[in-house]
This record gives sequence, structure tokens and C-alpha cells, in this order.
Amino acid sequence: MIAGDIEFSDELQSYIDEWSKKEGGLVMMLHRIQNEFGYVPRAAAEKLSLISGIPLAKIYGVITFYHFFKTTKPGKHRISVCMGTACYLKGSQELLEEIRSILSIEPDEVTDDGLFSVDEVRCLGCCGLAPVIMIDDEVYGKLTKEQLPDIIAKYRSL
Amino acid sequence: MVNVKVNGIPIQVAEGSTMLEAAKKAHVKIPTLCYNPDLSPWAACGICVVKIEGSNKMLRSCCTPVAEGMNIITNDPELVQTRKTVIELILSTHPNDCLACPRNQACELQTLAQEFGIREQPYTKMVRDIPLDTSTGSLILNPSKCIRCGRCVEVCQQMQGVWAIEFLGRGESIRIAPAADVKLGESPCIKCGQCSAHCPVGAIYENDQTNLVWDALMKDGLDAKTCAVQIAPAVRVALAESFGLPPGTDLTGKIYTALRRLGFDAVFDTNFSADLTIMEEGTELVHRLTEALKGGMQQATADHSLPLITSCCPSWVDYMEKYYPDMIPNFSTAKSPQQMMGAMIKTYWAEKAKIDPAKIYSVSIMPCTAKKFENSRDETMYSSGYKDVDVTLTTREFARMIKQAGIDFLNLPDSEPDSPLGPYSGAGVIFGATGGVMEAALRTAYFLVTKEELKDVNFTAVRGLSGIREATVHINGIDLRVAVAHQMGNIATVLNEVRRARAEGRETPWHFIEVMACRGGCIGGGGQPYGATDEVRKLRIRGIYDHDEKREYRCSHDNPFIKQVYEEFLEKPGSHKAHELLHTHYREKPLYLK
Repeated sequence: MIAGDIEFSDELQSYIDEWSKKEGGLVMMLHRIQNEFGYVPRAAAEKLSLISGIPLAKIYGVITFYHFFKTTKPGKHRISVCMGTACYLKGSQELLEEIRSILSIEPDEVTDDGLFSVDEVRCLGCCGLAPVIMIDDEVYGKLTKEQLPDIIAKYRSL
Repeated sequence: MVNVKVNGIPIQVAEGSTMLEAAKKAHVKIPTLCYNPDLSPWAACGICVVKIEGSNKMLRSCCTPVAEGMNIITNDPELVQTRKTVIELILSTHPNDCLACPRNQACELQTLAQEFGIREQPYTKMVRDIPLDTSTGSLILNPSKCIRCGRCVEVCQQMQGVWAIEFLGRGESIRIAPAADVKLGESPCIKCGQCSAHCPVGAIYENDQTNLVWDALMKDGLDAKTCAVQIAPAVRVALAESFGLPPGTDLTGKIYTALRRLGFDAVFDTNFSADLTIMEEGTELVHRLTEALKGGMQQATADHSLPLITSCCPSWVDYMEKYYPDMIPNFSTAKSPQQMMGAMIKTYWAEKAKIDPAKIYSVSIMPCTAKKFENSRDETMYSSGYKDVDVTLTTREFARMIKQAGIDFLNLPDSEPDSPLGPYSGAGVIFGATGGVMEAALRTAYFLVTKEELKDVNFTAVRGLSGIREATVHINGIDLRVAVAHQMGNIATVLNEVRRARAEGRETPWHFIEVMACRGGCIGGGGQPYGATDEVRKLRIRGIYDHDEKREYRCSHDNPFIKQVYEEFLEKPGSHKAHELLHTHYREKPLYLK
């Protein structure tokens, strides 16, 4: 077990203590873990398994079923590319490929400097601005791939 | 009871029965693929669809309960076409390499494709290229062949309580794998192989090591090996199935002859070393019990000397070391019969036959995939100074060797095993069935305590297929309480009771516990011929007890060859020499190595 390698905040610990006693609390607990760490580290999953008695295999079954849960540490800046219907039709696939090519990363990878990771998401709720990407909490709409290098460069120097 | 019709045939079935069960009772076959009678229905594949008269809706018969008065239609052109489409869709994601597949001619998907006359592949082929997982040495996982039926996951999690594998991912990327995609050998897997016995296709199968045995048998000149072989109790009542005979057919005599014709120089029987196990384990039981009677049962419970727990099953040992390490002191230190025989072959027999043990190649034929792992599980498996058992083959691999050699197996003359590591008592045979080790131990423990022979050696209370069985046996004023559990998922109840008694300072509920990882015991082992259901298991078990009844000696301590081995070599049960060769130890293991 590598559960000893990770510390939970008091808040997270008491949340898990409460929810691990309830039927169907796994997803709730995983949400809180991802909030705290930005992803679900292996050690956190093992620690959760130990506390709750839920087998690690089941926890991973759930983590890998939902796209929302991440098993790798995301970059400092998280780029979300909307693949919802409107954005997709407006060429977001091309944006996604261009971003990955600028950053030279594959899906689920983080850039070597740890600055960027890219997620595909379903509908950011502003279809009128399609195609849309989000970087951290900032929304960029009506994008063309030519605008991408400048936008990304801005975050490199942040 | 509920009255229904199946294709117009009236039939009465119990309330809550599924349509599939009703059809079976009416002798109507509904084709199935993901369904397996050992498991709760999962309704993954859609092959078993049926209709109810008056409706066009298709229902999955494996999981739909019957209702009074319904007429179940299992067969019409639309149903046949639907089933065909399902098969074609599954085949579109399945490799076309039947000829080189370990399940060729024993594959449930292949059989369906044949029965439904699939001649074309109308859908675009999308086979995923996922590497093999060979990390356990016992089992090989080939996720590219997986049809996502879910049987192995159900088996591993629900039947066995091991939780080594799970469905990871979703949609196209869904796959069977251990948590975090670690290898099977780094996961909690106990190598029981029940996944391989339940997989309908070639996605999980035993690691075939027949080539190693062929090589050893073929070696010549200076490299030549004396090849010794042992055959486990449960193999003899299941091997016949691989040659078209019913389960439970006992072909022991033909097996010895076949082994000699394959080229083995010495043919021994694991039943003999099962007798040896009983001498060692029975002595250990009597010793622990005697001490407990002096020091008090609560004390014996607190300091883990009782209950004594059997240790012949390597999957159970692996499970205990990972999930219940606090029970380590409760475990019998006696090695399994396979390993005892291995040690005796390369020491006692080598000496007696004047053969250099370095030149002996020791093979075991087992109903079990975990035995492949056991033969090198720690340094005590090398107690002769060499690897005590060089290679372990499952019943399935053994059947293939017989076929490869062109042996007309069913028409072979019977023969006897070689002495003195061959002849055995009935107690040795029943090791193959759940409750058998317990019964064999009781037969001898009774003698060790009372110095008298039992009038009736049959302890029928510990026999049968219910998950946990209990009995109280009166020996010389002692009420010996015993429990038998089989199918790994059933054991937690028993062990948690023991833990609770210990925590509360009470006396253990049982003095002696037998555990076997597979349903039915070794006769239902993960390396046995495919298709074990409870009907099959019951027939195999009957074969085992019939064999026991026919033996001249029914108790291990009465076996004259056991007496000889102790007189000539081992001195007495529990002696220093016996401990060196026939006992082992256990250590706590992490659930995950990575």
C-alpha cells in the first residue's frame, strides 16, 4: 500500500468519514478528492479504499467510467476544448489538434514544464460563441486556429 | 408455483424463475452467451432474447421472471435474425484467429457462430490491439479477445471476493483490467483461475507449459532426466470429460498407463502425499487441541493456536496472506500434497532409487492454475535443494498432451501407480472435494486421540455443496467443532466470526476450518475441463466418494506405505526432518505490488 504517502485535509477526512458509511457515496467522495488534489492520485484512491472498505478495483471502475475524474495531475493551466455539437460543427476538432500540436502533447499528457494540459469537454454552455475553449476560468469564443499561439503564449508568461 | 407455456408446452415453475429456467425445464434450449448458471444474470449480450405471445417486444430471458399464464416464444425467424446480428456484431470486434486460439473447439462464441451459420462479416472489423498480460505465470489475459460479457469480473468480485479485475473505461475503450491498469501479477489476483474457467472465449486462459514437459521427456544422453509425475485427486474424475465421457467417470487406472506411455519413468499419486498431509496436519491439530485443553479455549483463541485452518489450497493461502494476514498463526504449516510429493520425490525416492536429484524432473498434473504459482511461491518449495516440483500442468493441458501423443486413452488398459509414493487410502482421494480434507483429518485425528479405529469413517455432515457447513464431532469426550467453506467469497463470514470471538475474548466458534478457493473444492478447480456447473460438480464429487468407498484403506494412518515412509525416512509426524521437508511458513503480502 502506498496510502501512507498522502495527507488528506481535515475537511476532506471528515467528509470521507461521513460519506463512506453511506450507500452510493463513492462518487461524492471522489469529487472532494479531485477538488483537493486537482485529480485522483493513486495514493488517495488507495487511502479511500482503506478507509471505506470499497475495493480499489471498484474505485478505478468508477474513476475511469466518468471522463470528469482524472488519474493524472493536470497542468498549471487547464485548457478545455468544447466538443459539444455546435462547437464540433464549427471546427473544434481542428482547434484541439492545433493546441496539442503547439504544446506537443498527446491526450492525457501534461507539457514537460507542467504548465498545460488539455481536456475535451461537452458543451460549456455558450454555443452562440462556438467554437469555444476555456483556459482556467477564461472563455475564448469564435476562435480560429490562427489565434491560438498568441493566447497560449500569454499563459506561458503568467 | 407459476403456470406458463414455452412454445406452447405447458410447464410449472417456481415463482421468481426466469424465462430461461422455465425453458430449460421444458427441454427447450435458448442460446446464451454471457449467462452462466454460477453467476447472477448480467444481460450483457442479448443472445437469449425471447418474446411473449401477443407482443413483439424482445425480452432477455436470462433475467426476466416468468408471470402466470404467459406463453414464451423462444424461436421465430425474427428472433433468429436478431441473435445472428448480435453474434455478427460481437465478431466484428473479435480477432479471426480461431485456429491458433487456446479455446479453439471449446469456445462458446465459436459454437454459436457455427450453430447460427455465420458465413459473412457484414460489419467493419474493429479489433483492439491490447498487449497480453502474462505476469502471473498461471494465467494469461488477452484483452483483445474479450467480448465484454462480464463473467470474469462477476466471478472475481462476487463468487471469489478477490476484486483483482474490473471493467475499466467505457464505450469503445472498455477493458478488463486490475485497478489503475497494473498487471494481474501486481494485483490481488489469487491465481484460482475461475475467470479462465468461466470465460466463454480465449480472453483468459491457463499458461500452457506442456512444451517444458515434452522437452524434459525428450532429453537424451548426458542431459537425460528421470521424469517423475504425480496426479492430483480431482483430475481423475474430470479428465474423462475431455474425451467425451460424463463428469465423474473415474479413469485413474488409464491415467497411470497414459502417463507411462507419454514417457514418464515414475508415476506417483498425489493421493499418497495427501495421506502424508493428513499425518502432519492431523498431528498438528491434535497437538494444538491438547495444548488448548490444558491452557483453556479462550487463551488458545486469543493466541491464534485455534482454530487450525487448512493450507492445501494455494489460492486460499495467497488470499489469506493478502486479506487476512492476522490469521497466519492459525494456518497449518503443513505444505500442500503437491509440494510434499515434490519434496519426497527429490529426497526419499531419489535416495531409494539411487538417482541424482539434480537429474530428476518432477511434474505435477493438477486441477488448478494456482498450483503453477505455488511450486515457486517461496524458498520452502525448494526444500530438497532443488525445485521440488519443476512444472505443473492443469487437467486441460494434460488432456492435450494425451491427444498430441495419439494415445487411444479410453481403450488403455488400467495400471497401478509406482511404489512407495503411489498407493493411497480413501482419505487421500477425498482431498479433491470440498470437505474432503476435513473428513480425512477427522478420520485420523480420531485415531490419534483415541488409539481406536472409527466404526463408520463417513462424516457426511461435512460433505455437499452449500457454501459453509458446520459439524460437531465427539472424540473421547471432546466436542470438536469444525467448519468447511468453499468458493472464496464465502470465507469472509467464517473468518469474521473468528475475529469477532477473538476481539471479544470469547472461545473460537470452531476448532478446525477447511477452506478451498474453488466452488466444490478442487474438482471445480480453475484448470479443470470447461463447463463446470453444480450438476457437473456433483457428479465429479460422487466420483471422488465412490473411489474412496472402494479403497482397501479408508484412513491415511492405515496406509502401509505411509507407515513405511515414516519408518524408513521421516521418523514420525512433526519430526525435525518432516518439518524441513513437509512444512512451510507464511508472510503478510500487500494487495498491490505496484
